[in-house]
Amino acid sequence: MRATTATTATATASDSATASDTATAADGTSAVTVIGYGPAAHRLVQRLRHHGHRGPVTVFGAEPQPAYQRAQLTSVLDGTLPAGALTLAPLPAGVEVRTGTRITAVDPRRRLVRAEDGTEHPYGILVLATGSRPVLPQLAGAGRHAPGLRVPHTLRGARPVTKGPVVVVGGGLRGTETAYALGRAGHDVTLVHPGAHPMHRLLDGRAGALVTAALREAGAVAETGRRVVAVEPGKALLDDGRLLAAGTLLLCTGTAPDTALARTARLAVRHGIVVDDRLRTSDPYIYALGDCARPVGRHHGTLESAWDEADALARTLCGADGSPVAARYVVRPRLPALAVLGPPDALHAPGDRDEHVVLSDPARGRYGRLVLREGRVRAGVLVGLDRAVATVGRLYTEDRPLPPDRLALLLGTDKEYTGGSALPDTAVVCHCNNVTRKDLRQAWRQGAHDLPAIAAATRATTGCGTCADAVRRICGTAAAS
Amino acid sequence: MSADGTRGPGAEVATHCAYCALQCGTLLRPSGPGVELEPSPDFPVNRGGLCQKGWTAPALLTTPDRLRSPLVRGPGGELAPAGWDEALDLIVAGLDRVRETYGPDGVGVFGGGGLTNEKAYALGKFARVALGTSQIDYNGRFCMSSAAAAGNAAFGLDRGLPFPVTDLGDADVVLLAGANPAETMPPLMRHLVHPRLIVIDPRRTRTAEQAALHLQPAPGTDLALALGLLHLAVTENLLDKEYLDTRTTGIDAAWQYALPWWPERVEQVTGVPVEDQRTAVRMLAEAGRRYLLTGRGVEQHSKGTDTTAAFINLALALGLPGRTGSGYGCLTGQGNGQGGREHGQKADQLPGYRMITDPAARAHVAGVWGVDPASLPGPGRSAYKLLDALGTPGGPRALLVFGSNPVVSAPNAAHIARRLAALDLLVVADLVPSETTELADVVLPVAQWAEEDGTTTSLEGRVLRRRAALTPPAGVRTDLEVLHGLAVRMGQPAHRFPVSPRTVFDELRRASSGGRADYAGISYERLDAGEALYWPCPDAPDGNHPGTPRLFLDRFAHADGRARLAPVEHRDAAETPDTHYPLHATTGRVLAHYQSGAQTRRVPELLAAAPGVHVEIHPGTAARFGLTEGALAEVTSARGSTVARVRLVPTLRTDTVFLPFHFPGAGRANLLTGPALDPVSGMPEFKVCAVRVAPWQEPQA
Repeated sequence: MRATTATTATATASDSATASDTATAADGTSAVTVIGYGPAAHRLVQRLRHHGHRGPVTVFGAEPQPAYQRAQLTSVLDGTLPAGALTLAPLPAGVEVRTGTRITAVDPRRRLVRAEDGTEHPYGILVLATGSRPVLPQLAGAGRHAPGLRVPHTLRGARPVTKGPVVVVGGGLRGTETAYALGRAGHDVTLVHPGAHPMHRLLDGRAGALVTAALREAGAVAETGRRVVAVEPGKALLDDGRLLAAGTLLLCTGTAPDTALARTARLAVRHGIVVDDRLRTSDPYIYALGDCARPVGRHHGTLESAWDEADALARTLCGADGSPVAARYVVRPRLPALAVLGPPDALHAPGDRDEHVVLSDPARGRYGRLVLREGRVRAGVLVGLDRAVATVGRLYTEDRPLPPDRLALLLGTDKEYTGGSALPDTAVVCHCNNVTRKDLRQAWRQGAHDLPAIAAATRATTGCGTCADAVRRICGTAAAS
Repeated sequence: MSADGTRGPGAEVATHCAYCALQCGTLLRPSGPGVELEPSPDFPVNRGGLCQKGWTAPALLTTPDRLRSPLVRGPGGELAPAGWDEALDLIVAGLDRVRETYGPDGVGVFGGGGLTNEKAYALGKFARVALGTSQIDYNGRFCMSSAAAAGNAAFGLDRGLPFPVTDLGDADVVLLAGANPAETMPPLMRHLVHPRLIVIDPRRTRTAEQAALHLQPAPGTDLALALGLLHLAVTENLLDKEYLDTRTTGIDAAWQYALPWWPERVEQVTGVPVEDQRTAVRMLAEAGRRYLLTGRGVEQHSKGTDTTAAFINLALALGLPGRTGSGYGCLTGQGNGQGGREHGQKADQLPGYRMITDPAARAHVAGVWGVDPASLPGPGRSAYKLLDALGTPGGPRALLVFGSNPVVSAPNAAHIARRLAALDLLVVADLVPSETTELADVVLPVAQWAEEDGTTTSLEGRVLRRRAALTPPAGVRTDLEVLHGLAVRMGQPAHRFPVSPRTVFDELRRASSGGRADYAGISYERLDAGEALYWPCPDAPDGNHPGTPRLFLDRFAHADGRARLAPVEHRDAAETPDTHYPLHATTGRVLAHYQSGAQTRRVPELLAAAPGVHVEIHPGTAARFGLTEGALAEVTSARGSTVARVRLVPTLRTDTVFLPFHFPGAGRANLLTGPALDPVSGMPEFKVCAVRVAPWQEPQA
């Protein structure tokens, strides 16, 4: 791969004739061409201008519409939002956007890209943001052409679901979210998943059981350990021979990095486009980010990581030291209180040095498992613990030590620390006027036996007035003693 | 007795509290050298209530170290008493020298949100006419500027509460974003007994304790939370579509910026559980009468204007503003924080909330002042930039400070103290010594709340009469007298700077006439007769315009009558924790003190209640850094260190510490805060910086 890089660089440098009019320096003046117009590309272009990029920017998008929030397609599927509501904010003025233009080849030697219609477009710096493509199963029968079958990977495949019942094929993250959202929207949903429980690569058995229960509550039944093998109009055939009614069949069977274009440029590809810590591919003038890329030694694959990469790359292309992209992201599906932290293997097989915290309360739908090293989270899964889901994620991404009371953290309670015993005499009862219990008792002894008299003597209750009940209680205690 | 709390002839004087923007009604009876005070039972804002600050305000009138004579720094470097003529002559000679060398902008003026309308107006006029300087701004920039900028952009007008405070009492739900009235303005809570409260605050404050729902976002993330709440309002189908169609513009663009803030993402960024976000939006959307109020917690950020705008977007999306029984408002802080931002002590404004760049506004005000419009300077630097420029090439070399103590209250305080020390001439007018008077070349002793007449405009936009119950002590002058004395010495005609507050107010009425904050129809006579007058109150043919208690009921103040939703984007605070400074610090207030504490630290009862700076920290975090309850901690940011007493607070976020900013010297929380400013409002980032904490080690001798 090293050799490839060197060859490409030499070739490019010696063949400057075609590209001499396009600036290539990463100093904010380069002519940047972006292939792909999803959320990562959109953010990159926004951040380029934000960080002061002055050169021309061109974006090619294969789909006909402007960039949209792909991660929210389920909101269109379930009828929450119209398709148009997913359109992202307009790009800064001066950016050339060519939607509906599929780029079919990259020629790194001449530094240009070729579109489907044969036109060629030179670039200074090329950024591949081609995202991912769905991985589809073999289906017998009418197969992928069956009416009602859709791949909700693009806006075209994510029209609102109208024909019930719904079969969602594939219970990974996206499939589970989709089944849950449609169930909640009142559809009769079956989620067919080959693993032992939904999201089996991310979740352990106990967490999976709770997610299955949450699906059920939302109106979605999980058929686990099963596959759909054939499709006919209105029906799906499972591998155990059962037929499911399927007015709508949604294929959520996973995605793979879209590297086709990178291959035309002979870039190094290993599952995704190989990039270094500054998101540069094996060609020095070509970068890649988001779902199509495979960064070395770094967890990525969430929309947040793609956005962070976009910002880091924008800095790099503006000549700044690209701030390193965070190494840690939380998987936080659109399901009730569920978070997955860190690599699943660390969760399943904690090391000897690791502290292991487990809280299981299946009757209340709560489960938490954290693997800690030196007081910091290495991996974890949290279900139903809504406070912990909201707070531990940040402790993990920022690699902060956890507070010493692990259970208090998991349960989201601070009761462990509070005394809860009777008020001491020095306790302030009326904060607005700094009146203590002792002051009140003394006033009572001196003849102030009702609220107005207490107020006149101590000013208690005259501020916000909310201590009136407490003052009455203390008077009552004083009267009784 | 009238509604204003005015009583008939007699010894009792009806006036308003010395401190915050509630301007609680009080009744004063002179007694010895001071006054006896009781809360006014009739003034609707406090209805007989008062906090400890208000009750003890009379102690300020008799505080032993009250300034009673001008002080002039002598050759030995000590401040020594001097006569008024000597002091004023000295100041004018110094100003002349600076002006000759550096031009009019060589002199700066720094005002305060505690000054009455009359003083704020006269100060702005003095700067623009007598000094001819553009370099005037005030400490209200540190309070209200973000809310003002967002309010003007959204509604075309900025009046903190566009409805009377008492309207809140009938609400079903009130959302308080970054506001802690239970500690900062306790009597307001009397109006919040009935409504269910939603409180957004990183700390479980006393206000949050009374809430039906407390959202506890990480410091610096409330803009993400506001965007997320708008996102949910859309996806949960809670928008008031008819209202948006008929009364607003901009929902589509605002939505595009809220779109990437789905609830699970907001949860991971802010730490607020999804269900709590959903509950908050539902409570607010489904209540009959509902209000959304913001405070400094969301406004004092380098993105404070946008954060406030994001909350206004939410209020507009749900159809709150400009409706009877619902609304949006900001809780103004300082006593005259509302009036103080309307009458010309702001760098970019002329009286009546007019913009200094508007030719028609310049012509109108110049006409009232009897000067050539072309002679008025243009806009100057905003407060922090002004302070930061002091004594630098191109910056002011002399500064006049009225009613402010920036050595304690400005961010990056050690730096600002150095800038003040670099001046050729620093003049400070105050009633008591402060950390800023200690740096001054000349200190001028001025009158205080119960010693002079004037007006303030409270947080609800109601113009109130402050009335003198005492004459100022011998040797003390009013600010108006000080400005008059300086102006005359600088060659201004004597009549141009009157010393009677009533005369100044009558001129202010004319200057504000036709402006956004129009006071033309308000007079001392009407106020003294007990009328409750809220601006705008323009001149009416019969002289009896009723004022405007409730704004926007028919239309907003933009030309097309519509409110605007703003497309705003979340971003990180200017400084986020890292390995060296692993915690967020947020600053704020305690009940017993007001602003820099120059006044309240002199009141024995208040000092006893809160004697010094403390740092609130979660017990788990404290244990990690070796801190225990009551011990001294050194809190350090990239700019400096503060020494504070540890207070363990189990309800605090584990990643955050809190310090009140009222204390002097090494206890200044603003030694920690940074220089980042909001690009629109000039608001500093008081509410978040990155710090580390450690047990305090006594320095080795």
